Amino acid sequence: MSERKIRVLVAKPGLDGHDRGAKVVARALRDAGMEVIYTGLRQTPEMIAEAALQEDVDVVGLSILSGAHMALVPRIIELLKANGQESVKLFVGGIIPDEDVPRLKEMGVTGIYGPGASTEDIVADVRQSVLAAA
Amino acid sequence: MTLAQAVLDKDRLALSRLLTRVENDTQEGRAALAELFPHTGKAHLIGVTGAPGTGKSTLVNQMALHYRKQDGKRVAIVAVDPSSPFTGGAVLGDRVRMRDLAGDPNVFIRSMASRGSLGGLAQTTAAVVQVFDAAGFDVILIETVGAGQAEVDIARLAHTTLVVEAPGLGDDIQAIKAGILEIADVLVINKADRPGVENTERALKSMLELAHPVKRVFRHHGQTMTVPAQEVEEDTLLWIPPVQRTVATDGTGIPELAEAIARHAEHLRQSGDWVARERARLQSELDALIQETLVSRFRADVSEKRYEEALSQVIQRSLSPWEAVRMLMNGRKG
Ligand SMILES: Nc1nc2c(ncn2[C@@H]2O[C@H](COP(=O)(O)OP(=O)(O)OP(=O)(O)O)[C@@H](O)[C@H]2O)c(=O)[nH]1
Ligand SMILES: [Mg+2]
Repeated sequence: MSERKIRVLVAKPGLDGHDRGAKVVARALRDAGMEVIYTGLRQTPEMIAEAALQEDVDVVGLSILSGAHMALVPRIIELLKANGQESVKLFVGGIIPDEDVPRLKEMGVTGIYGPGASTEDIVADVRQSVLAAA
Repeated sequence: MTLAQAVLDKDRLALSRLLTRVENDTQEGRAALAELFPHTGKAHLIGVTGAPGTGKSTLVNQMALHYRKQDGKRVAIVAVDPSSPFTGGAVLGDRVRMRDLAGDPNVFIRSMASRGSLGGLAQTTAAVVQVFDAAGFDVILIETVGAGQAEVDIARLAHTTLVVEAPGLGDDIQAIKAGILEIADVLVINKADRPGVENTERALKSMLELAHPVKRVFRHHGQTMTVPAQEVEEDTLLWIPPVQRTVATDGTGIPELAEAIARHAEHLRQSGDWVARERARLQSELDALIQETLVSRFRADVSEKRYEEALSQVIQRSLSPWEAVRMLMNGRKG
């Protein structure tokens, strides 16, 4: 019987730019032994929730640089819940103004990271959140 | 209601959760597989293999679109990517090319990491495919890791195996490794919009002619005569892998590819090979299970201590491995 692998969906919702940051985080999670499903640019909330469902992930990581987080995050949470995946942990990275952080946490986001965050911290927090829920 | 029953009821969350348990080879997963087994054996399993970057995922995306639109078939996709041998982690990126399938409840895409298995599939890919089969998917597309070598595992699992080539990968020798023709039921030259497609096709076809003579040319009364293979070989049930050109980025050649796949399925049914393949696959599954069960029974019967004692005698050359096995199996004290 193999050990249970942590599965993480890394997605880039919204129409903005590049996915360099998302890829760096994806690789760091892989190097920590996790299985990362990478979905690429321009994902709608519906696409993200559908992929999370099909892949039975423990964690969804979103990279949001557009400033649309206050619209995207609640929508994704709502869709995950509708699919019966309320236990999935949500992490958000990107440019998030300080005043939005408490509101996102209230909605149920587990971790929020700015551009300067270390990948070690992200990896440790992701692992911790899954182990704590198990 | 058990997870397996929920899967039969087309509950997608239950399906996804069961796939995880089956992938992890848990007791619960095995019990569900046993429950689902009578419902398997209906899907057409199509393997897609070929070197990295030849366009397998893009092709799978187009094929799934085709099966949805033309035939209304329910399509499952299992996409295998390699695990890192150092960390055991993986980045599974095949979904990036399959975004056109989003929002269709009759398509289900599941990514799998190879988890140390070397044959292009994961250890539990066959079991995952069984779950999809039982869940009522008509077509199951299985994308292998794409090590670029003959991947025998996929040929064993799938009814129809596509080997995907692309122009400009060092066609003549490099990409067309020995053994690939033995596993290919259909050869796909993807990226047919790229220069060099004629070279790739020529190289593939000449390899094919070596493996399966298409026609024979000889001189008769000073004239060159050509005899088609059928007359020479009598064996009309022989399947010669067709070579199909595709452009997976825009869908060119996909209907023709689907037709070739349908012809192959028909050939398997007509020739009795469908049943023969099924038999071979289930037999090897059964044999593997017997082996596993015997080994675990052996472990339960023979203590670690007795095993270690026998091993050290073998190392000292005071006992041969054959004698050691006989001794351990007979339950005699060493
Ligand atoms: N020009 C051209 N490019 C293509 C075609 N099909 C796929 N591609 C491109 O080839 C690249 C690789 O495609 P994938 O579908 O990811 O290839 P793959 O074989 O699944 O790759 P791995 O899973 O990494 O082995 C992508 O940039 C595709 O857009 C095609 O028919 N023509
Ligand atoms: Mg791929």
